[in-house]
Order: sequence, then C-alpha cells, then structure tokens
Amino acid sequence: MGADFEFEIKPQRKTSLGIQEIMKSRELLYFFTWRDIKVKYKQTVLGFSWAVIQPVMMVIIFTFFFGRNLAVPSEGIPYPLFVYAGLLLWNIFSSGLSNAANSMVTNANIIKKIYFPRLIIPLSAVMVTLFDFLMALLLFIGMMIWYRVSVDPLYFIFSLFFSLFLVTLGTFGLGCLLAALNVKYRDFRYVIPFLVQALLFVTPVIYPVSMIKHAWIKWILALNPMTGAINLFRSSLTGKELDFNVILLSSISAFFFFVIGIYYFRKTEAYFADLA
Amino acid sequence: MKPILEVKNISKKFIIDHEQQAYLSLRDKIQSVFSPKRTTEDFWALKDVNFQVERGETIGIIGKNGAGKSTLLKIFSKITPPTSGSIITRGRIASLLEVGTGFHPELSGRENIYLNGSILGMRKKEIDLKFDEIVDFSGVEKFLDTPLKRYSSGMQLRLAFAVAAFLEPEILIIDEVLAVGDAEFQRKCMGQMEEVSRSGRTILFVSHNMAAVSQLCKKTVWLHDGEVKLIGNTFEVVPAYISRITHHDYQKNWTLSNAPGDDEIKLLSCKLVQNNRTIGVIDINQSCEVEIVFSVLKPVKNLICGSSIYTLEGNCITANADWKPNVYEPGIYKRSMLIPARILAEGDFSILVQLVFYDPSKRSVYLPDILTFHAHDSDHPDTVRGLYKEAWPGVVRIGFEWTEPRSIDPNLSAS
Repeated sequence: MGADFEFEIKPQRKTSLGIQEIMKSRELLYFFTWRDIKVKYKQTVLGFSWAVIQPVMMVIIFTFFFGRNLAVPSEGIPYPLFVYAGLLLWNIFSSGLSNAANSMVTNANIIKKIYFPRLIIPLSAVMVTLFDFLMALLLFIGMMIWYRVSVDPLYFIFSLFFSLFLVTLGTFGLGCLLAALNVKYRDFRYVIPFLVQALLFVTPVIYPVSMIKHAWIKWILALNPMTGAINLFRSSLTGKELDFNVILLSSISAFFFFVIGIYYFRKTEAYFADLA
Repeated sequence: MKPILEVKNISKKFIIDHEQQAYLSLRDKIQSVFSPKRTTEDFWALKDVNFQVERGETIGIIGKNGAGKSTLLKIFSKITPPTSGSIITRGRIASLLEVGTGFHPELSGRENIYLNGSILGMRKKEIDLKFDEIVDFSGVEKFLDTPLKRYSSGMQLRLAFAVAAFLEPEILIIDEVLAVGDAEFQRKCMGQMEEVSRSGRTILFVSHNMAAVSQLCKKTVWLHDGEVKLIGNTFEVVPAYISRITHHDYQKNWTLSNAPGDDEIKLLSCKLVQNNRTIGVIDINQSCEVEIVFSVLKPVKNLICGSSIYTLEGNCITANADWKPNVYEPGIYKRSMLIPARILAEGDFSILVQLVFYDPSKRSVYLPDILTFHAHDSDHPDTVRGLYKEAWPGVVRIGFEWTEPRSIDPNLSAS
C-alpha cells in the first residue's frame, strides 16, 4: 500500500478548491459536524428542541410587534408564516456566518497540531446550522398545514432547494473570508456580531421586498444573497410573481462571495498554524 | 528502492515582531503604513536541512531547545509550509506532536476515540476494528460512556496515547510523548513503539532523552541552530552530542518579547547559583540553587514551579516540583530551588525548568536542558569519598549517615 505514492511538501500557493482532498477527508467533516451538534445540545434539558424554540420565539416577538402593531404587510399569507419563512433561511446565514468566522480560532489547537484540509472546519460550521434548519423546517411544514396554505409542491421544493443553495453558498463564502481574516486580525471577532445584527435590517426577513419603494434601494438590497433567497422561497408560498432580476443579482453576489472567500482562505491557510 | 523521505534544502523563516503581541490588529497594520519604521527581524528556524530516511528506519532527531526540531516536525506533518526547499514523502504520515489533539471534554471516552482517531487520519472502519484493542490498551473501559471532563488527567493521557498507538501510518512522527505519564505507562509506550518499528514502519523520534534515542534509533540527526550539525549512526552522534558541552550554559536571560511562556507566565531568566555567585562549575560538597525569575501577566493560582536534574544521556536523576497552593498577582517573581550539599556526584548535568498548572493541566513553560553545568568533588572536609582520589562510582553521591560502632556480644551475632 502506498509504495508508489509520492507527495512533495514545498512552499505553496494554492488556488484550487481542493475538492479531492476534502472528499478524501469526508469522514472527518462528518465527525466535526457531529461533534459540534452533539456538544451544542449536551447538558441541555430540552436538547434538540432548542433548534425549534429559538426561531419560534422570534416568530412570536416579530408577529406581535411588526405583524400586529406595525401592520407590516405579509403578501397575503399569515404574518407568522411569512416571518418564519424568512427566519428559516436567515438563521442559517446568521449562525452559520458567526460559527464559520470563529471556527478557525476556536479550533486553533487542532490546526497547530495536525494537518487536514482546512476548509473542513468552516464547512462543518455551516453544516451544523443546516441541521438546525432541518429541525426548524419540520415545524414550518406543520405550520403550513395548520394555516392551510396551498402551494405548488414542485415549485415549493425547487424554490426551497435553490434558496437553500444560495444561502449556503453565500454563507460559506463569506464565512471562509471572515474566518481567514479572523486568524490574522482578531478585530473581526468584534465585527462579526455587529455585522450580523446590521444585516438583519437590510434583509427582507421582517418585511417584504415589495414594501421597498425606491428601485435603487431594491438593487442594493439585492446584492445581499439573502434577499434573493428569501424572496424566492416566499414566492412559492404567496404565489406572487417573482422579480427575476433580484434573484439573478443575489445569485451572482452569492457566487462572488463564495469565490472570493475560498480564494482568500486557500491563499492564506498555509500560514494559519503560524498565526493562530 | 527510493528513500521514504527526502529532505532537500529545507529552510524556514519566521518574522519576529518586536512588539510583544501574538497577533496583529488592524490598527497596527494601518499604523505601519504611515510609519515605515519596521520593528521586525528575520529568524531562520531551519537553514538548508538535508537528509534522507530509508523505509523501515527509526531515526532520532536531537538538539537543544530552539535548534529547529519542532519546526522540522511541523513541516513534515504539513502543519506549516517551508520557506524554501522541499520534502518528498513516499507514504502516509501521521504525527503525534501532542497526544489527545482534538479531545473534547464534553464528549464521552467512546466518542472521543472516534473523533480523535478521525482527526489523526483513521477511517471509521479502522477505528471500529481496533476499538476493543484501543480500549484495552488505555485501561479506561469502565468509563467509556463518561464525559472526558470527569477523567483524571492521567486517564485522558492514556486514552489519547492508546488511540495514537493504533495508527498504522507508514511514517510515524513522535515528539517527546514519553515525557509524560507514569513509569509503567511509559514502558508500555516504549514497547508499543518498538513493536511499530519492528513491523517495518518508519519512525521519526524527537527527544531529549538520549537513552531512549539510543535504544530506539539506529540513525540520528543532530540539529544545531537550525542546521544539521551531524548525521549518522546513533552510537556516534549521541556521544558527540553529549560531549558538546565545552562551556556551560549556566545562565539564561530573556526579554519579555522573546521570553518562553504564554499569555499568563513568561520566564525571564534562570541560572545556577553557588555561594551567591552565578557559576557553571559547582562544588558538590556545598549547596547550590537553581534560581528562576518569571513574570506573571495575569492573576493566576496554583502555579507549580518544577525543576529536574538530568545526566547528559537524558536520564532524570530527580524531578522536583513545588505543589504548595498559591496565588500570584501580576508582577515579577524570583524563586529558587535549593540543591543540598552531598547529593550529586561529579560529572556533567543538565537542568529542566518548568512552570505548569495542574488543574486544568497546562504547561506554560517547559524547557528541558535549559541549563548545563559541571559538578566536581572538592577536598572539602565533609566529602563522601574522603581521602580516596580514584574514580568513585554513582550518579548521585549522597552522604548517608553511619552509626557509631557499638560493641556487641559475640555469642548473639551468630543468630
């Protein structure tokens, strides 16, 4: 075994994604994800139900303040369902981003001791939030039945997957970028929570995109991958016509973040062990 | 057959920041744009290192602290890239730079075996197969489903080494693993390593223990200040390394920016003192002191100062630690370990200094061979050897007391 296997260790600059290497270490990816899920809910009485309780509390608060008191329009579906649809995707982004951005620093002791494809760490950080998403999605489907919302199942599934794809792509890309920057400049530790908080207001979670009057503001918002994703997912519930330009712009920006994030991460990862 | 490892002109440069900061902040970066005065310095941890390792060889890597051993191992294990040069490897590498990497205190022993095994590069199937053996070797079967945080540090260590011992790489890199653990466990580990090397695998073994290196390795590389000083058969390299001491390092000083330590404790100096003089040649018939000065950066409690005395072959004569509970406020402190008169024999010795915490276990400072000195037996009236001037055996020369002669009844002495 491995007698003709040859590998050269040399000063390096990587620009490839290294998919092959990640595939080889997919078990490790699984173990890291499994560890983080397990540890997250260890020693909690309510366990996995926290993945559902958190968004539900948010839905209740938002429904009370924005749905009832401020009468934010919800495009023809009940406001709780409307805001939950947004929160489902938003939570992947918000917790995925902060998990991924801090992941390299929290795992510094492993990075300094053992080699493995470094991308596995932010990737598993995002996968942990996908697990929470799945739990929350079950409740969401329950809510759809409760409110008797009729959807085109094919379109619903398509829009769910595509919006999930957009969110994951954007979150992972931006997460990798911030993770790499965080290793070098610890300032980002303070930037991240603030960034996530600020982005909630420029993402149509609480309000519909159609509420925005000025066209140019809409284009700026569309640069946020979350805007397109939430818009697409909601359209499958409301049956409202979709603004394809918004989706296109958001997709381009998600892809852009993905490429930039991975490029910067791969470029700097070799020196993580020296800096972390 | 081609060698399993070819190290070609490996060099590694670190840039030392003279500001005492572990990582950069954006403000520093921005400031440095405006003030071109740089306070950095290049430091070559490794310079043009060349050697080859044949398949199945066990090779020792020796050298003082800061000689570049750990950096070389980090390059081998792909943790950090070289600045120039290359290493060609022809086999799967696994490294044990520190056992228990990735252990998570919240997870159970069973879960940690899988996690740690996977981090070390084992497939899940492999772990399944060896699971029973691993548990057996570690001796923690009763606590498999207990969270790791409830384990004693000894149990954690045994579990960690057990996982690592069942790795089956073609090249195994080991760094000072044996410096920890109780004697019985150390013997077990040495046995396991010998078995690994007998099964035809290649081992790179870094150690300060010349006895262990001599026992395990046929070939040895001696690194000195980042360069290969000598390479060859262990029976030639180890004696050369041991006899390297022409002058004694009986005093070490650091500034805060380059001092060994971490964000809590920094060692500022250590030296050997006899009769109020810092000295490299001591008289064994008088007491002497190992004096350390360290800086405490954050309030800490139960800091353990330890110091051990070694022969130059790397055998520990005695290990010592101050276990008294204590509390330190930030500041600079001096402490001394008193070595009484009539303990050591004449010869050359080295001293290890460590500043550690027991619970949670942390090594802030760990410096084997940081001081070396020569001990001689003087014509002191209390000398153990008395008037005898020829060679007097023993690694230690303790002045045991003899009772006064007492006359006894010759009839009783037969029984």
